[in-house]
Amino acid sequence: MSEQVGGEYPRTPLLEVAELTVHHGQLCAVDQVSLSVRAGEVLAVIGANGAGKSTLLRTIAGLHRPTAGSISFEGDNISKLATHRRVRRGISLVPEGRRLFVSLTVEENIKVGAQSAGPGPFNLKAMYELFPWMPERRHQKVGQLSGGEQQAVAIARALVANPKVLLIDEVSLGLAPIVIERIYEFIPRIVDQGVGVLLVEQDVTQALAVATRVHCLLEGKTSLVGVPTELTPAAIEAAYFGSDVAHGAAEGPTS
Amino acid sequence: MIWVNTVIEGVLVGSFYALFACGLSLMFGVMKIINLAHGDMAVVAGYTAIFLVPKFHLAPVWSFVVVVPIFALFGYVLQRTLLQKAIDRDPFTTLLVTFGLSVIIENLLLEIYTANGQSIDIGVLISKSWQVSSTLTISYFSLVVMAVAVAVLLSLQLFLSRTGTGRQIRAVSDDREAAQLCGTNYRHIFGIASAIAFATVALAGIAYGISTEFFPSSGGANLLFAFEAVVIGGIGSLWGTLLGGVLLGVSQQLGAHFSPAYQVLGGNILFLAVLAVRPQGLFGKRTEM
Ligand SMILES: Nc1ncnc2c1ncn2[C@@H]1O[C@H](COP(=O)(O)OP(=O)(O)OP(=O)(O)O)[C@@H](O)[C@H]1O
Ligand SMILES: [Mg+2]
Repeated sequence: MSEQVGGEYPRTPLLEVAELTVHHGQLCAVDQVSLSVRAGEVLAVIGANGAGKSTLLRTIAGLHRPTAGSISFEGDNISKLATHRRVRRGISLVPEGRRLFVSLTVEENIKVGAQSAGPGPFNLKAMYELFPWMPERRHQKVGQLSGGEQQAVAIARALVANPKVLLIDEVSLGLAPIVIERIYEFIPRIVDQGVGVLLVEQDVTQALAVATRVHCLLEGKTSLVGVPTELTPAAIEAAYFGSDVAHGAAEGPTS
Repeated sequence: MIWVNTVIEGVLVGSFYALFACGLSLMFGVMKIINLAHGDMAVVAGYTAIFLVPKFHLAPVWSFVVVVPIFALFGYVLQRTLLQKAIDRDPFTTLLVTFGLSVIIENLLLEIYTANGQSIDIGVLISKSWQVSSTLTISYFSLVVMAVAVAVLLSLQLFLSRTGTGRQIRAVSDDREAAQLCGTNYRHIFGIASAIAFATVALAGIAYGISTEFFPSSGGANLLFAFEAVVIGGIGSLWGTLLGGVLLGVSQQLGAHFSPAYQVLGGNILFLAVLAVRPQGLFGKRTEM
């Protein structure tokens, strides 16, 4: 039996990324990044525009091939596994920009996600309980929903696959603060089910509030790793923009 | 009365066009492939019915029982191998590959079966007809083709909207990457869409081979009509394809009514008019074009 943390979840990481390097052509978007996600924790990856956050998540999901490094899941190297097989193993991504199926209804979108689902607590019914507005609008095309509602559908579509690790890329993008808050209320509920969450966020305050650990990227490289309560705003700012940015520069991280 | 006859004949021919075109429409809708060998596939189905089916000791009317499954399998395999390889490169390669296939098929048929016309002989069944009035007789066979076309389109529509696999096909055609993120193996889904397309084009090829004489080069002309039907109806919409086929058939018959030489012209005029006024087609969405 593996060791237990807090007496609840195994200490060995579900997802382990080692020395991962990813190129887009000549451009090195992710540079020797190592991180791990355990069951029941939230790892927040923060960083400025173009820091390589989406590339990191998409590579873990199997949409980009790494140049070097490895991705392991439950101890197996999955670096060469096709995207749809990773989903069946237990890795789901809520992609940047939601990427819903526009000609499908709300319910159909979620059903596509459920079609290759593993065993677990999340199914269509559970989603309708999680998002009470959904049942009565389930036959609407997703184009008729607001941005926040579309984001909820995107999350539900990924959750019904019953992932062991859920990757979330900028849920807050383009949403009003009140809507962002409501979306973030769901993260603890997901984590309570033992799911490990790897969250990418530009809104640092939001990320710090929900994260167990924080991982900051700067131009593809790891610039800071730590526990939110132990990090000073100055340290985060330096890691976010690079240490050569003077304090009191025109803008700080979104807060 | 003469107009009614013209329209009825147009509808009958048009539903054949729709049967012929729906595979083209499906492959474009799902894989964004314009299969330039689509017409040639129909011709190959005709040759298969003539030269392979007798080996099964089957009456020619029943040839679809053998040819349709063979074509479905062939479609799946061709998609998973050659076509997928082309798609993985770029759309232009894909177009060239289907064009190459079309040329190869035509020349192979010419080499093996010569340029002589062939037809699938179903005996007296073809000459049975229904005398509606003194000026209008409708052959049973063209009614059967229309019924088959409507049934095929209806079942395809139901399959796409009601089944899990149909839902995955729609999801993949909306957003291939997002579908992968939902655990869908899009290559397999492409294979299935292709299998369906080839099965329908086999049916169309057999129907064509029963109703007229065909040649190794018949694919090209028919591809043009299928293409027109799809564009008139709106790319990716099955009901659009049915309507497009029927409208094309009717305008061709109206053209032919003035002079037999105007038959194809009548269809082309409608095609150009639709392109000018509503380029996305009657049922198409603007964003898809
Ligand atoms: N498909 C691609 N092809 C080429 N370059 C890309 C591609 N995707 C991303 N890039 C580049 O890689 C770098 C990292 O991009 P990425 O999208 O991973 O950053 P990000 O941290 O998610 O940024 P944002 O906060 O704006 O979403 C950027 O310089 C971007 O221009
Ligand atoms: Mg991003």
